[in-house]
Amino acid sequence: MFDLDRWKEIFDAILKNKLRTFLTGLSVASGIFILVILLGFGQGMHNGIAKEFSNDSANRIFVWTWRTTKEHKGLNPGRRIVMNNENAAYIEKAFGEYLDAKSPLLRVQTTSITYGKETLGYRVQGVGPDYQPIENEFMSEGRFLSEKDMAERAKVAVLSNKMKREVFKKDDEPLGKFIKISGVPFKIIGFYGDPGGDQEEQRIYIPFTTAQIVFNGSDTVNNLAYNLKPQATFDETVKASMEFSENLKTYLKQVHMVAPEDEGAIRVFNTLEQAKRFHNLTGGIKLFFWFVGICTIVAGVVGVSNIMLIVVKERTKEIGVRKALGAKPWSIVAMIVQEAVFVTAVSGFGGLIFSMGLLELVGPNIEVDYILNPSVNFQVAITTVFLLIGAGVLAGFFPAWRAARMSTIDALRDE
Amino acid sequence: MIQIKDLHKSYKMGSNSLHVLKGIDFNVEDGELVAIMGSSGSGKSTLLNILGMLDNADTGDYILDGVPIKNLNETKAAQYRNKFLGFIFQSFNLINYKTAAENVALPLYYQKVGRKERQEKALKYLEQVGLKEWATHLPSELSGGQKQRVAIARAMAAEPKVLLADEPTGALDSKTSYEVMDLIQKINDAGNTILVVTHEPDIADMCKRIVHLRDGVIVEDKKVEQVRAQQYV
Repeated sequence: MFDLDRWKEIFDAILKNKLRTFLTGLSVASGIFILVILLGFGQGMHNGIAKEFSNDSANRIFVWTWRTTKEHKGLNPGRRIVMNNENAAYIEKAFGEYLDAKSPLLRVQTTSITYGKETLGYRVQGVGPDYQPIENEFMSEGRFLSEKDMAERAKVAVLSNKMKREVFKKDDEPLGKFIKISGVPFKIIGFYGDPGGDQEEQRIYIPFTTAQIVFNGSDTVNNLAYNLKPQATFDETVKASMEFSENLKTYLKQVHMVAPEDEGAIRVFNTLEQAKRFHNLTGGIKLFFWFVGICTIVAGVVGVSNIMLIVVKERTKEIGVRKALGAKPWSIVAMIVQEAVFVTAVSGFGGLIFSMGLLELVGPNIEVDYILNPSVNFQVAITTVFLLIGAGVLAGFFPAWRAARMSTIDALRDE
Repeated sequence: MIQIKDLHKSYKMGSNSLHVLKGIDFNVEDGELVAIMGSSGSGKSTLLNILGMLDNADTGDYILDGVPIKNLNETKAAQYRNKFLGFIFQSFNLINYKTAAENVALPLYYQKVGRKERQEKALKYLEQVGLKEWATHLPSELSGGQKQRVAIARAMAAEPKVLLADEPTGALDSKTSYEVMDLIQKINDAGNTILVVTHEPDIADMCKRIVHLRDGVIVEDKKVEQVRAQQYV
């Protein structure tokens, strides 16, 4: 292998057949190049989607209930399922480790909201203090609901910026004033804004406990809303989120005697489900890229063996002459295999360096949605190159072996 | 130098076999210059192939410089060829991407001679055939006669016991042929044993002994007065 003279023989052969060598090398280099670029973009899409979903407060779960659709334990379908305080408390206790923020929600069925003589056409919802981060509300003035409001069942309300513009345009200082909800006065303690814009600013928030006591008189909970704790990686976050959703459903179905396969009664909306779908898609795309890349490399290897076959055919006479002059069969095999390996190795590494360099240079500058910093695992790439070199050995070996086995007379007669 | 006894060789051609050599008995002494003549199909090429260890005889003995040549595997045959024999071919068989000097040095490479020594020897033998100035030229830049002289230098480079020339002048015009024969005669004068296969009587006459083959047997084996090629050059 490290015989200097043999290397010289090989370099001679390579240099005297530049085009042939170039074409062989090109097929290998482009195979590696395409593989690395494809893998890089697969990773880029993965990164991009992970980012797209991680900076959202996307890790949100929303639970609501409806009628059962299946008969279960002697209960008729069509039963209206209603959650209660006990459910909310149990979930907090049992699955607390998952939760970052939690809030029950009660929609107040109200007839009138008034400010002075003015009638307001908004919805009223009883929520907890955590509802602010869950809905991504930001405070423009005053404060949001607090635990103290909840405990004291305070008659306070948080209104939106939109309402302030529409209702309080003449007033300089609406904070501390009162609005009446179904005749009950509520003190305005703050104004919120929502990144979603005006449509998301139609709700008046009052403490959940107050809402239950004043407008409902029972322990009904319409919705449960949660923000989940982010985990170390996106995949883990998704996993935890799915786990929580399932546990939640199972618990609620059990406690309300809903058939386990009844998907209508207990409904859970999980924002990460969407993300996960994208995530699976990138997984699929990555797999596809691998497949295409490997096919390209196989094509490269076939190309190399093809060219080596031609090389051997072209050099049959030369091989005959060499044998007549005293070349042993193994030295012929070694010569051709070494040439094949050398060409695949050099062009393989060339393709690798070129493609990785390109990813390194261009990758961070790519500003396309859902593609972020395409890069490739060096280990994977280098393994591929070595596999390719191994394939080059095989590709060179069989034609070489055939040539070495050919009778010298026949080889010499070859024109 | 060469002893051959009752050599037989036949080729299978489908169901029937073709008996090419039908018992050849033949000795060559050290320093001889032998022409092997015969029409095509007479078996002269087969004989040369067997002498050159490129082919195996079916039966019979072949002893080269005291070494019995029998049942050789490819590796062994390659080793013996390298050590004992120098080949000169009708179509020169130079490697077209190597320079004259590199071609001449090739057998030495297979003898594992060091690079420096190879180059020196290659130049020395090129000088002997009068082509020292052409050392760095590719075969494509040489004339037919020059190519054959490079081939002769290559055959000589390994310092073999016997030179085997298969129609060395077959591809050359008569003037160039005589130049090549002149060279061969001079090499023979220096004491080398040479076998020349030819079908040209004038070339055969330039050897010291003529062996006639017909239908696989030797029909005539005579020493002749050597015609020197020098006078035609």
